[in-house]
Amino acid sequence: MGLLNLFSKARPVLQRLPSGSLTVDREGHIVTTTVSSSYPEESLHEIADEILRLFQEARNAHLPLTEFRIHFASLHITAREARGGAIIFLSPAASAQT
Amino acid sequence: MDTRYKILILDDDPVILELYKEWLSQLPSKPEIHTSTNGARAMALLESEPFRVLICDLKMPKMDGLQVLSIVRRRFPELRTVVMTGVEDEEFRSRAYALGVDLFWLKPDTHQNMQMFLECLESLLGRDAASGFRGIQSKSLMDILQMECLSQSSTVFRITRGSTVGKIWILNGDLIDAETDGARGEAAFRRILEWKSGTFETLPSEADRERTITKSVNALLLETAQAIDETGMGIPGESAEEADHRKTVWRLAALTREGGEWVVTLPNEPQSTPEGWGTQSAGEFAAWMRYATEAVKNLGEKLEAGPWSHMQAQNLDRKLVMLPTKNKTCLVAWPISAEAAVIFEKSKKLVTSWDS
Repeated sequence: MGLLNLFSKARPVLQRLPSGSLTVDREGHIVTTTVSSSYPEESLHEIADEILRLFQEARNAHLPLTEFRIHFASLHITAREARGGAIIFLSPAASAQT
Repeated sequence: MDTRYKILILDDDPVILELYKEWLSQLPSKPEIHTSTNGARAMALLESEPFRVLICDLKMPKMDGLQVLSIVRRRFPELRTVVMTGVEDEEFRSRAYALGVDLFWLKPDTHQNMQMFLECLESLLGRDAASGFRGIQSKSLMDILQMECLSQSSTVFRITRGSTVGKIWILNGDLIDAETDGARGEAAFRRILEWKSGTFETLPSEADRERTITKSVNALLLETAQAIDETGMGIPGESAEEADHRKTVWRLAALTREGGEWVVTLPNEPQSTPEGWGTQSAGEFAAWMRYATEAVKNLGEKLEAGPWSHMQAQNLDRKLVMLPTKNKTCLVAWPISAEAAVIFEKSKKLVTSWDS
């Protein structure tokens, strides 16, 4: 059917949600990761930096945290403080919600 | 009165846009159809005039559909959104719904499918955006109660607002009892009537329910309406300072009853002053809340993970729950021994009851 051909053209690829874990040192360097290599490294660094900053800002507010978990509609991020760095777990929630 | 709604279609393929335009012109309500081939132009159009529905493709260069929907949800909360895509993938369907889309539809490949899509779209165009109780939109709770009492009905209304539940018992057209959040009788009835929206359902009547309300429904409705009109929810003759004190005592009592340690609330306005109950460090904690709220929101948008519902944290002394509400962000502290699985629900309930 002509209509079907119309919709089957090649299109850009949508970015999937990251899934897996990463360990970050206190400088923000990613030490180990199990997140798929197809996920942009730059984005992983952005996540890592933001997580470390959240721990740092909490310390500045005299509210030091050992662990936190952010619940987004389709992703959960769990972060555990580890000697100034962090272990971060990224778990897409989309498949579990349907 | 002209009630022609406007629909904006966003797809990077001009041929498909033309096709959609032709299809949507068959809608009975004859909406105005506008098109855009990229997210930036779509945003500009949405800024410039009010649209009722946005139909959006997912796969597009530069700004993809999920990015567009994520921005749209924040900037145009009243806009109905529809995803029309060829991507048959459960993950993207879930993510789109998580971003608050009203309809996710695979690009139709049959005439029947297209007809169904048009029917759904027509219904979406006509759906009233006014506030009200889901199930009976555009009628207030007062209207519904009056109708039930006039018709001499026997029923139980169950009204849910966030995590708070209220019940109102009607027997043979008489209001006999009400209950919500630890309150019963007239006090509970008044509290429920102050809710502006919620989910509403009727349950079978309970003939043996003990009667706690003896006033007529009309007298109570009138009293409550007057109280709402005058001060929102004050006691007659009470000064603003007294009302504030009463509210603080009530809130602290609710916090203690639930087993919480302290609460800090931070209004959404940039220069707002935080409030704290049970802690002297509201200012410091609010500084972190301000940073964390912004950081988490940005992270969610960058990852296209949908809005954040809450953040749970802990340190050696306590567990914390931070959750956003419509006008503010709240941080609730619990003892370290509190069960992690229940503190989110308890925090939500506490914050909802404080606001009602």
